[in-house]
Amino acid sequence: MSRTITRHPGLNLGPAHDDDATDVREELVFGFWVFMMSDLIIFGMLFATYVTMLGATAGGPTPHDVLDIRPAFTETMLLLASSFTFGMASLALKYRQGRRHLVGWLLVTLVLGLAFVGHELHEFVSMFHAGYVPSRSGYLSSFFSLVPLHGLHVTFASLWLIAILFQIAVYGIDSQVKNGLLRLAILWHFLDIVWIGIFSLVYLGGAA
Amino acid sequence: MTAVSQQQKHFPALSALGACLLPATLSGCSSAPGFLDPQGPIARAQLGHFWFVVAMLAIVILPVLVLTPLILWRYRYGTSRAAYRPKWELTLWLDILIWGIPILIVVILSVVLWRQTHQLDPYRPLHSDQPPLEIQVVGYDWKWLFIYPEQHIATLGQLIVPVGRPVAFDLTSATVLQTFFIPALGSQIDVMNRMQTTLHLLADREGEFEGRNMQYNGDGFHEQRFTARAVNAQDFARFVADTRHEGIPLDQHNYRILARKGSTLEAAKALGESVTLPDDPLVRFSAVPDGLFDAIMRDAPLDWSELSPTTGGSATSAPATPHDTGGETSNPSASAASTTITTQGESAS
Amino acid sequence: MTVTEILFGRLGWDALPFWHMLQNPTFKSVINDLIASGAGLMVVLGALVVVAGVSWLGKWGYLWREWLTSPDHKRIGIMFIVIALVMLARAIVEAVFMRAQQAVGLNGGFLTAEHFGQLFTTHGTIMVFFMGMPFLTGVINYVMPLQIGARDLSFPVLNLVSLGLTAAGAALVMVSLVLEPFSTGGWTGYAPFTELSYNPGAGVDYWIWAVSLSTFSSTLSGINFAVTIYKKRAPGMTLFRMPLFTWTALCTAILMIFGMPPLTVATGLLALDRYLDFHMFTTDLGGNMMNYVNLFWAFGHPEVYILILPAFGVFSEVFATFSGKRLYGYTVLVMATICIAVLSFTVWLHHFFTMGQSANVNAAFGIATMLIGIPTGVKVYDWMLTMYRGRVRMSVPMIYAVGFILLFVLGGMSGVILATPSVDYQVHNSLFLVAHFHNMLIPGVLFGMLAAVNYWFPKAFGFRLEERWGRRAAWLWILGFMLAFFPLYVLGMMGMPRRSVSFTNPAYLPWTVIAGIGALVALAALACLLLQLWVSVRDRDHNRVFAGDPWDGRSLEWATSAPPPEYNFPVIPEIYGRDAFMLEKDGGTPFQAPTQYQDIVMPANSAMGVIIGAAGFAAAFALTWYMWWLVVLSAVVMIGAAIARGFVRTTHYVISADEVRRTHEYWLREVEATTPIRRSQEQSGANRGRAVPPVEGAVQ
Repeated sequence: MSRTITRHPGLNLGPAHDDDATDVREELVFGFWVFMMSDLIIFGMLFATYVTMLGATAGGPTPHDVLDIRPAFTETMLLLASSFTFGMASLALKYRQGRRHLVGWLLVTLVLGLAFVGHELHEFVSMFHAGYVPSRSGYLSSFFSLVPLHGLHVTFASLWLIAILFQIAVYGIDSQVKNGLLRLAILWHFLDIVWIGIFSLVYLGGAA
Repeated sequence: MTAVSQQQKHFPALSALGACLLPATLSGCSSAPGFLDPQGPIARAQLGHFWFVVAMLAIVILPVLVLTPLILWRYRYGTSRAAYRPKWELTLWLDILIWGIPILIVVILSVVLWRQTHQLDPYRPLHSDQPPLEIQVVGYDWKWLFIYPEQHIATLGQLIVPVGRPVAFDLTSATVLQTFFIPALGSQIDVMNRMQTTLHLLADREGEFEGRNMQYNGDGFHEQRFTARAVNAQDFARFVADTRHEGIPLDQHNYRILARKGSTLEAAKALGESVTLPDDPLVRFSAVPDGLFDAIMRDAPLDWSELSPTTGGSATSAPATPHDTGGETSNPSASAASTTITTQGESAS
Repeated sequence: MTVTEILFGRLGWDALPFWHMLQNPTFKSVINDLIASGAGLMVVLGALVVVAGVSWLGKWGYLWREWLTSPDHKRIGIMFIVIALVMLARAIVEAVFMRAQQAVGLNGGFLTAEHFGQLFTTHGTIMVFFMGMPFLTGVINYVMPLQIGARDLSFPVLNLVSLGLTAAGAALVMVSLVLEPFSTGGWTGYAPFTELSYNPGAGVDYWIWAVSLSTFSSTLSGINFAVTIYKKRAPGMTLFRMPLFTWTALCTAILMIFGMPPLTVATGLLALDRYLDFHMFTTDLGGNMMNYVNLFWAFGHPEVYILILPAFGVFSEVFATFSGKRLYGYTVLVMATICIAVLSFTVWLHHFFTMGQSANVNAAFGIATMLIGIPTGVKVYDWMLTMYRGRVRMSVPMIYAVGFILLFVLGGMSGVILATPSVDYQVHNSLFLVAHFHNMLIPGVLFGMLAAVNYWFPKAFGFRLEERWGRRAAWLWILGFMLAFFPLYVLGMMGMPRRSVSFTNPAYLPWTVIAGIGALVALAALACLLLQLWVSVRDRDHNRVFAGDPWDGRSLEWATSAPPPEYNFPVIPEIYGRDAFMLEKDGGTPFQAPTQYQDIVMPANSAMGVIIGAAGFAAAFALTWYMWWLVVLSAVVMIGAAIARGFVRTTHYVISADEVRRTHEYWLREVEATTPIRRSQEQSGANRGRAVPPVEGAVQ
């Protein structure tokens, strides 16, 4: 009962990639997208909580004191670039540009993702050194419950990407690798969107 | 007199019905069953609203309770008398009816709900020819402290209010979430640490009513009750004067005992009060510092250096209203010994 | 730090339920610890009996291959329901203890406040997260794919993971009986009472992690169900041809997907407060407990409808089937279900009218809440009209269904009363509220799920449940519910707060005694239910219904054998209308052999559920007791398993067309040899699972 067209959110590989896993692909990618929507509620709730806690500084540092827009801007650029390179990887996959292209773009994406995580960690460490720790106030608690959760997501996405790279090394670009990449792409771009939310609401909002 | 009691005229018949019917079915009850026997205009209006909602809903619910058994019997398996239409699945006018009637009822209920919610809003001051008595309530584990800021007194275990005079409560919690409630008088309201809620109540009859915390807060939760006592103006004045005179000072030492985890009873004993069970003990505090309530809301632990102990009406920093300080001019020594006994005796009748 | 501290964290001898009694033997501590130790002993003995029994029968291999690692949605569904029934038994016993305590609770009683607090917390937590949720997840798991003509859920291995996580959470709650204490913060776990400064023990942590495991499980189940319903329907099964139960399953799944995350956030932030000294809900340094309350009820209210909607679906099937009639107002019922699902996200604030919002806010949420009453009321009348002009058979599922209708409307009435802010100010936090939600959940969820068990059991196991004990159980549940909870309405109106271990007002006493008797009746109902199961298994040969259609069913699940083959349908059926199987029977074309059989690809067994479940349990247990090494180890196992799973390439196996043909032809021969019966013989041994063809207008 193979369908000629697969329909699911995100990039569709088209009929050229039809194989025995095509049926599964539609459900897998759609299911993963639904999972992302569920995850979005988590971020939404944390955003809402963050906004209510803006004033809860308990005499401690205010958002204006805590937030530095420069590292956040660098992080934004890193993440946006990684989304672009992942898009290139997806195109390399779809148009069968060869394993070297695909793996190359994926590696660039991975490096950018890890650079983002590293940069963010560095930012947190310097915040800790300045005494901006979550136990200081409700405001800082809400900051550290929202922003690091995104970083944790990026870390796991990077881990997943590494696992897929190893899968490619073992099995080549088989249908399961394709299904994995399609889902990871959704996660990667989703994290980009969430970050844009964080950058606008937390960092730009704090700078204002 | 009050806005609430006017509102209550919307459902006089229902209130009357409620007032007679349910207590009658609960015959044998030894003490007043709170909500079912309201002692103030708010609770009375709430009871009226309750019966109104019940009556409106009965329009939808009674047919279900009556028709379901009838249908079950008439269309039971094996009967040959009634029609059988296995493929019937929709009749338009029936559908309009079963959507229409509930919608109509909800519309009516909504209009009444909107008005009543505003009328009975606990934040809404009660209109009265008397100025409201201000009382500040602080919830502890597991007791309530009632501060009378204008009188500079406070009590534990019993809340004494003058009958017929609105009471404006400001409430907070020194620990976790609790809910302050005197069923016979009206609404309950949550009290939260570092936040203030407001409640307006009025007792229009003298008497003793049970008061409680309704929100679970640990092992002593079931013991966190108090007696609310509505007394006449003279008794209230006497109570204020006696408390000022005889109450123990609410200083740092006594406050620490008070704030310790434990029931009212335990606090009373620790403060050296004699206790007669099963009544709720009455601990009276005098010389309550100005701004104690605000300090409790603001800092933990309490900074006593900021609080100046005051006595009587001599406070200058307090925003005390000039026209009320109870029986300030009465002779304290005359009635001192018998205060508690007098008020108890009167309310028992 | 000693080695013991590193290994066992803060777990010590004092966690044993009899420790306190030995240290400080007073009359009350001995009684309470004996009760607690008895409960702990039951858990240990229960586990030992299961392990010994399986070993004695030599069934470990069978259990592993056919159940624990089986991706078959039917097996997983049954395992969910087994968890639910075990947890139901425990929570009912806890309810009996609570009611017994209050029946003698005038100025005392036999339970300590701490023990009582743990009882109402575990009772509520279990009934919502480990009885209600697994029960409905199990029923949807079993029935929904059969109803839409699918071979399995979209993600069978994910389904195993869901099961593993729920089992881990349930196990954690059970272990808390042996290594005490559990939380006393109620099933809602309101901060700041559950913060470290007020509750430093392990209890709240048990609660947080048990609930979190259940939440993850339900989120994943919701995604699985929704995707299955969207993507795996048989050809011709349009959305508006789906049986009503499947519709309610879809709405519940969507509510799970969007309703569970707020709870994940609430418990997660509470955990950050407790473990990493955050200040989200604390009383100091800017924490705000109102955020917790809002987050909790942003989950909590949709949760109510997650629980109740599948039960509505079950009743819709039951009313139609046992009235021998089409469901009245199918489209309207679907619309009403969707309305309820959407509205359920807009009313969370009615759980805390008394928190000091403005009258405008309260009134708006009160009105929104009453709006839900409209579609719900419509549903009740639609069910009555389904019976109207039908031929109603009062079988066991039908007793539950009728009991549900009559009692549920009363709960609806108290619901509208509570939705009225000015009245809620009087009855909030009182036993009136307790009576209300039990009035919704017992006739709704519990009766619904028990009706589902009685209705679909023959499909799942190939034999009918015994009818007499079933009736007794049903009537006792109804009677027990009324005795236990109607007095609570009165007590609530008299101002008695919920969660009181004892009271001083003697006026309460007669009502608490009646409620205590009611709890005993409910316990008797549970006993009847177990007897019903026992008697049914004993007499199973007498009640076999291999042909698969014991109730003259209407939807697709009755069109296959009982029990169905693991692939459900030898050939995916084409659907031409609503009540698909009834259409075939009406047209005289049920039980057709297909012209051609094909190979069937089925998901292969997977140990993922067991691995993730075990690691999840270990992580939760270790977090509760501060055994950090085990936390890290479990996390590594979970991540490692997920990565390793990505390298597995043989995720399916093939059943040959020949084998499918043989199995199907055998069943068709058996159906042919089965005498069709009239409905009057439904409860007799003559019912072998085939019904005489329906005739329009005929009174069978």
